[in-house]
Amino acid sequence: MEKIKVEICCGTACYLLGATRLMGIEQNLSKEMKDRVEFEVKPCLGLCNDERLGGSPYVRINGSEVLANATPDMVISRVNELLGREEV
Amino acid sequence: MNLAAQYIRRELAIRLVRAFDANKLDREIDAIPIKLRPKNEPSSRCCIYHDRAVLKYRLMALLGYSIEDESDETKTLSSYLEDVIREVSEGKDPYAGLEHKMAPLSVCGPACSGCPDAKVVSTDNCRGCFARPCMYNCPKKAISIVGGRSVIDQSLCIKCGKCVTACPYHAIVKTSVPCEDACPVGAIRKNEFGVAQINFEKCIFCGKCFNQCPFGAVMERSQLMQILLAMKRGEKLVAMVAPAAAKQFPGTIEQLLSACKKAGFAEVMEVALGAEKTTRHETAEFVERYSKDPKMIMTTSCCPAWVNLVAKHMPEHIEKVSLTPSPMVYSREIMKEKDPSLKTVFIGPCVAKRSEARRKDVDFVMSFEELGAILAARNIDVMSCEAYPLERPAEATARNYSHSCGVTEAVIAEAMGKDPGFKLNSKQINGIDKKSIMMIRMHLAGKIPTNFLEVMACPGGCENGPCSMR
Ligand code: FES
Repeated sequence: MEKIKVEICCGTACYLLGATRLMGIEQNLSKEMKDRVEFEVKPCLGLCNDERLGGSPYVRINGSEVLANATPDMVISRVNELLGREEV
Repeated sequence: MNLAAQYIRRELAIRLVRAFDANKLDREIDAIPIKLRPKNEPSSRCCIYHDRAVLKYRLMALLGYSIEDESDETKTLSSYLEDVIREVSEGKDPYAGLEHKMAPLSVCGPACSGCPDAKVVSTDNCRGCFARPCMYNCPKKAISIVGGRSVIDQSLCIKCGKCVTACPYHAIVKTSVPCEDACPVGAIRKNEFGVAQINFEKCIFCGKCFNQCPFGAVMERSQLMQILLAMKRGEKLVAMVAPAAAKQFPGTIEQLLSACKKAGFAEVMEVALGAEKTTRHETAEFVERYSKDPKMIMTTSCCPAWVNLVAKHMPEHIEKVSLTPSPMVYSREIMKEKDPSLKTVFIGPCVAKRSEARRKDVDFVMSFEELGAILAARNIDVMSCEAYPLERPAEATARNYSHSCGVTEAVIAEAMGKDPGFKLNSKQINGIDKKSIMMIRMHLAGKIPTNFLEVMACPGGCENGPCSMR
């Protein structure tokens, strides 16, 4: 099965505005989840322009869907939704 | 740690640099608070107007002004900005005429919530039980049972908190004033208006209140504007990056140095090179002092909050502080020797360094956060930078200066290199707080045998400094 791709923006703006808290998500996943999700730390995704600065940190899922003001909980529940299951 | 305040501080700094780079800061600065808190959107305080007022003061602090020095409430941010630009272009210090010009911290009155005085109170959770452990554990007999509930007589209570731990129903709570609790030297107190105020005679600039205030009311006076203006004028600035930088940004220290270069610094260096010199001299100083008086005690001089603590609160021990200059001061020396026209910018996690820099002729101090804001605004990703080609990397012991015990280890390694039988009777104070100050006094008074006392104001060392990236 295709893995779900989670890209965490670690460009300087996102890093400053909270991406550090997202970097630990991977370790806290169950083995089962880990097999189905692929995490990647990315340089600036180009979303942090002036007006939208308040949306950092950004996370991109499967190459297109963008989560603004991402928190670990948000990312995990979205991933769960995509995996088609209830909260774990 | 106040993450919300951290977020807003960083966001403001990034916006400030972006607008500056786009040459429109003068036109936009007054609108920033409104843009960040538009009408019909949620507020973080009572209302968006309160939020906007506090944001204005945050920007004032970012422009370098101390909020205590505000004399005209109608003065706009753009006219503050104009003042800074004019003074800097005339080669003057924009803050020279202000009463609090030397203070790196500032309390924003409108942000302070004026927390009620610390108190121990019994709450509705009290069940008026038969055992009454609160009453029996109170050393001052301040608790009685009135109408089936415990009541604390505030005139007798000494706030020891014994009843708080004794009650199985968690019915008794101790309220606190976080800034006052955090301050190790009693320098922050509420004034006659019920608003926190720093007594700068006492303040050692450790930055603990800055980090602990849940309302983010303590602000740091920034030199960001002066740095941006100097860069723009084409002055040659050198970024002197503290050893604590190692884990602050994604990427290596070499990549961070490249990023600084890209951001517009003419030169970059790791302050660990200065730390090497500190180690050599401090070790030599120790050996010399020891040979003169084997009963002496020497204490480290690289933590500026610690040096401030001795100078302001235990001046009788000042001669025990090593005379060896700090890594920052040696770094300045190294760079000035290389090129006297360079302007030095120390980049670190420390509030107190700002006070040391003024005494020691380092031109500017910038926090990691502020460096991050410049990098973010200029779209520089540390992780995508190539490694800066260092002439040579600093020694491992010097790069380790930012950890608690780092200085001691460096001194031991240095001394053992010359005399393998060298022994140090060292103690480390890992974080300055009310308790550890009592320990420090015992050490300095010779009550606990030590001859080398390392003191770091921040637990764990500089990398957990008040302005670190965490
Ligand atoms: S830094 Fe994350 S989008 Fe630019």
